[in-house]
Amino acid sequence: MTEISGSDPLVRLEGVNKHFGPLHVLKDIGLSVARGEVVVVIGPSGSGKSTLCRVLNRLETIDSGSIVFDGRELPAEGRALARLRSEVGMVFQSFNLFAHKTILENVTLGPTRVRKIPRQQAEQRGMELLERVGIASQAAKYPAQLSGGQQQRTAIARALAMDPKMILFDEPTSALDPEMVQEVLDVMVGLAKDGMTMMVVTHEMGFARRAANRIVFMADGQIVEEGSPSEFFTKPSTERARDFLSKILTH
Amino acid sequence: MEAVVDELPVILGAFWLTVKLTVVSGLISLVWGIALAAMRVSPLPVLRGAGALYVNVLRNTPLTLIIVFCGLGLGTVMDVQFSDDLSLNSFWLSIIGLSAYTSAFVCEVVRAGINTVPLGQAEAARAIGLTFLQTLRLVILPQAVRTVIAPLGSLLNALVKNTTVAAAIGVMEAALRMKNLFDAHGDAIIPIFLGFAAGFVVLTLPLNLLSGRLARRLAVVR
Repeated sequence: MTEISGSDPLVRLEGVNKHFGPLHVLKDIGLSVARGEVVVVIGPSGSGKSTLCRVLNRLETIDSGSIVFDGRELPAEGRALARLRSEVGMVFQSFNLFAHKTILENVTLGPTRVRKIPRQQAEQRGMELLERVGIASQAAKYPAQLSGGQQQRTAIARALAMDPKMILFDEPTSALDPEMVQEVLDVMVGLAKDGMTMMVVTHEMGFARRAANRIVFMADGQIVEEGSPSEFFTKPSTERARDFLSKILTH
Repeated sequence: MEAVVDELPVILGAFWLTVKLTVVSGLISLVWGIALAAMRVSPLPVLRGAGALYVNVLRNTPLTLIIVFCGLGLGTVMDVQFSDDLSLNSFWLSIIGLSAYTSAFVCEVVRAGINTVPLGQAEAARAIGLTFLQTLRLVILPQAVRTVIAPLGSLLNALVKNTTVAAAIGVMEAALRMKNLFDAHGDAIIPIFLGFAAGFVVLTLPLNLLSGRLARRLAVVR
């Protein structure tokens, strides 16, 4: 695993609160992610994991608290927010590939339109990235023609094309057929090994053990426990985490 | 029947004007209608309100009133002049009326199309750093418009027939020309009427076929 540079975290959340109507989904969240660190967020459904992921690039706004990314407070709107988002990759549960664009166009849209990189150069880089996630041969197809696993790997390539400082994964394998989960996880393990800063919301405990530097366990909108994978999986310190692990690890 | 054959050049000329009214106001309506739809889904409440107000007023006002307003209100009272040529001037005034009216319907059709595009498409677009306008222009509208090609075709079809209202301010399109021919050939009213009716079918039928085919070919597969 890569060494993690200590002093200056890439992301720092302090006292973050978020409500959906009467529902308090994030309760006073404090969390830092160091550069190069892989943080895996687990917890029962409805615990606020996905929302935590989504507030980091402001797909959800927060009610109070502060989020500092790369030394600067998260911008509220406009071009500054667009710039921040271009530096934070996002991979969604439902892939969300642009349905009217080919696989290669999905990967080059951001670089050409946001970064203003010449088309030819963007396409060359795009093909390299598609090669890296193993779907270069599908470049001219449309998303609907690909399997779920191939679509999700395209989505990862699309995020990588922006050279992000961090990638957020919001349950990236939850919508996949079981036989396609591994191909996506393999790509993610590769990224983690290459030193990408990642926050991964997932139910894949194998991935959490293998690739995470730190596990964050959430329940009822709070961070209940955090620690290294070996600590967390062998001797969790809270009753809530023990209960959760006993439910998912028995089979 | 002889009257129709004798007057054929005049009749074709009238339909040519109908085609010009349709094409010009159709293009303006498409552009302005999409702009209105963009306003109605924008994050700015002022734009949303203005778009909603425009659409609800224009959509619920009879076209005849709008055209007459353009001819008398804009043309005569406010002295909006496009040309010294009187017929060319009323041509452009009726274009304004037809576009103002049709664009309200285009807006609502496009907005319905926008609603069929899954929210995740916009989220993914924002997540790679596209601005609101880029998201709309590059990701949402191309998918939205493709899903509403058939209803847009129906609007164009309606527009072809709505151009006849321009007769109210003296534009020599098909309907007004038909009335004049009735006056000149009182013994051939039925043949002349049938000739003009056939002319409209010739214009609208291919439109329907074309938009249906285009809609199938450009459909976005999910």
